[in-house]
Amino acid sequence: MSALWYRRNLLAVSILAPDRTIKMSSEAPSRPNSLRSGPDERGRFGTFGGQFVAETLMPLVQDLTAAYQAAKADPAFREELDYYFRDYVGRPSPLWHARRLSETLGGARIYLKREELNHTGSHKLNNVMGQILLARRMGKTRIVAETGAGQHGVATATVCALFGLKCTIYMGAVDVERQKPNVFRMHLLGAEVRPVTAGSGTLKDAMNEAMRDWVANVHDTYFLVGTVAGPHPYPEMVRDFQSVIGIETREQIMQAEGRLPDVLVAAIGGGSNAMGLFHPFLDDPTVRLIGVEAAGHGLDSGFTAASISRGRSGVLHGNRTYLLQDGDGQIAEAHSISAGLDYPGIGPEHSWLNDIGRAEYVGVTDTEALEAFQLLTRTEGIIPALECAHGLAHVMKIAPGMTPDQIVILNLSGRGDKDIFTVADRLGVAL
Amino acid sequence: MSRIKARFDALKAEGRGALIPYLQAYDPDLETSQRLLDSMPGAGADLIEIGVPFSDPSADGPTIQAAARRGLKAGATLCGVLGMVRRFREKDRETPVILMGYLNPIDSYGPAQFCKDAAASGVDGLIIVDLPKEEADLLEPDATANGLDIIRLVAPNAPDARLPYVLQGASGFIYYVSITGITGTRTASTEELGRALPRIRAVSALPVAIGFGIRTPEQAAAAARVGDAAVVASALIATLSDTLVEDRATEATLPAVLAQLSAFASAVRAG
Repeated sequence: MSALWYRRNLLAVSILAPDRTIKMSSEAPSRPNSLRSGPDERGRFGTFGGQFVAETLMPLVQDLTAAYQAAKADPAFREELDYYFRDYVGRPSPLWHARRLSETLGGARIYLKREELNHTGSHKLNNVMGQILLARRMGKTRIVAETGAGQHGVATATVCALFGLKCTIYMGAVDVERQKPNVFRMHLLGAEVRPVTAGSGTLKDAMNEAMRDWVANVHDTYFLVGTVAGPHPYPEMVRDFQSVIGIETREQIMQAEGRLPDVLVAAIGGGSNAMGLFHPFLDDPTVRLIGVEAAGHGLDSGFTAASISRGRSGVLHGNRTYLLQDGDGQIAEAHSISAGLDYPGIGPEHSWLNDIGRAEYVGVTDTEALEAFQLLTRTEGIIPALECAHGLAHVMKIAPGMTPDQIVILNLSGRGDKDIFTVADRLGVAL
Repeated sequence: MSRIKARFDALKAEGRGALIPYLQAYDPDLETSQRLLDSMPGAGADLIEIGVPFSDPSADGPTIQAAARRGLKAGATLCGVLGMVRRFREKDRETPVILMGYLNPIDSYGPAQFCKDAAASGVDGLIIVDLPKEEADLLEPDATANGLDIIRLVAPNAPDARLPYVLQGASGFIYYVSITGITGTRTASTEELGRALPRIRAVSALPVAIGFGIRTPEQAAAAARVGDAAVVASALIATLSDTLVEDRATEATLPAVLAQLSAFASAVRAG
């Protein structure tokens, strides 16, 4: 791709009038040499992605692919989604100039994309809203989903209540224990929460169990995946629904600053909030994209969730991507203070963006995230989820080395109310 | 001629279907599972499936999940499983051995090297749960070059239009996953099997093995009659599991599993 093309594209974007309607990223014109045109017809981003599922699931993922392509091309589907985004989710979410945080760190101007202000308190509802409308179009009457921190489970239970659909949430037994408030919320919303004791009792095991449920109930059940991973079309579909984050951010920063940001930062477990923020900026070479993985006790401690930094290419949960695994191809257990980042894999599009060098992936430890959690609370009056506190911890590292005319945008993907027990425990406070 | 084809041809001449028992490698330890493997032909196994333990067996029910956990705890590796087959082949040159498992351990080993080593160890076929036809180009050229059959799976919910695609170029036999679900749960009725088999026969002349949910000798006999072979997995592993004390093999372990296998074999042979 030529530098000339990059410049032309940049210029074209900068003179676009702000558009107030909410759009999915698929509406953007795709150019043959765009980084935004993936996946290919096999559901691949470079060598990553694909459809590595049991034969029983193939007809389902093929039906889903066809149904999603039809919905994507149907203006009525987008209108319906826009309606729910605006009046139910509460979009657009604000882009907040965090002045006290910027002053405290010294250096770059820091903005926060306030996804924690969405209904249910995280970015998760963007994807769930899109998929539940698709499930209804497909005539499915029962929803299954996996959840780690419980944010995706709560979002899924919420829309199932909204539309009167049966809902079963699989959650690792360890996570059920450390995320009790979210388990109670799901119960209140009418969902059945099934604790999963297999394996490490965390997100990957919940994902296995949700897949087992789906394969056993193919006739009426829709598997509502919570991140940009899984067999094609999930990585593409979830990214498209989450891209509303980046599309809004782009308009908002153009209005506020009249130019594109220098750096975008987002925390990564499976990678949906990061993909949603990054995707509309992939063709803007001046915008640095940084994904922050959970390093747990440290990247080289053996207790980490940093799939790109410490994993290698492999196949799990329907896609090829970077995975934490041992020398014999057995999947390792991930470790993070944040239940939402505790996953040994990552969305395949991130693996590809890493390999082509378009995005950078770094690690932040539990301790660094805890420090960032407290800093944001005290400087901006915003209690962040431990997930996005990882993103903020990296902003704390880079912002001081930047100048006040440089702009960093952090995706504040969720609120931290659910994490106060974990944080209190780490700080030695008995609640 | 491949061992798989030779075995099915011989059984056809005998006028009976095949019994394919399954064991999970290294469950509950290498020595016990090696002895079980070595004893299976004598107890009536016509072909043998060896499960390769994987950390995330997403198509398996609780029984095989537990067996995989035990196998991994006992130190199972793909290389170690090939060693089991090599030792088996020192005594048995005829009973076909099929490895069943998930893609990632093979991907990690390297598909080309794995196919070479598997064939050299005496493996005859591979069943890879999460490698549908759409992704099979990852392994098929190397498997073919080394004389390994990649056993294609067919599920009850496959649309008619999908069957020719899935079965084009198939070799060895066809594995009919008789229920939409995970291993060791529901059992397909004889009527369901009776409806499914003609759809497959219309597309392929290969033998059809029926698996998932076969728990009793009667069900195995019925499956081997309607199809060409019955696969029995969770039922045998549940028996094995019942004899363990704190996940360790006892004196009762091998006799219990082999006695059950003999009962299945008698029923299949009686037709």
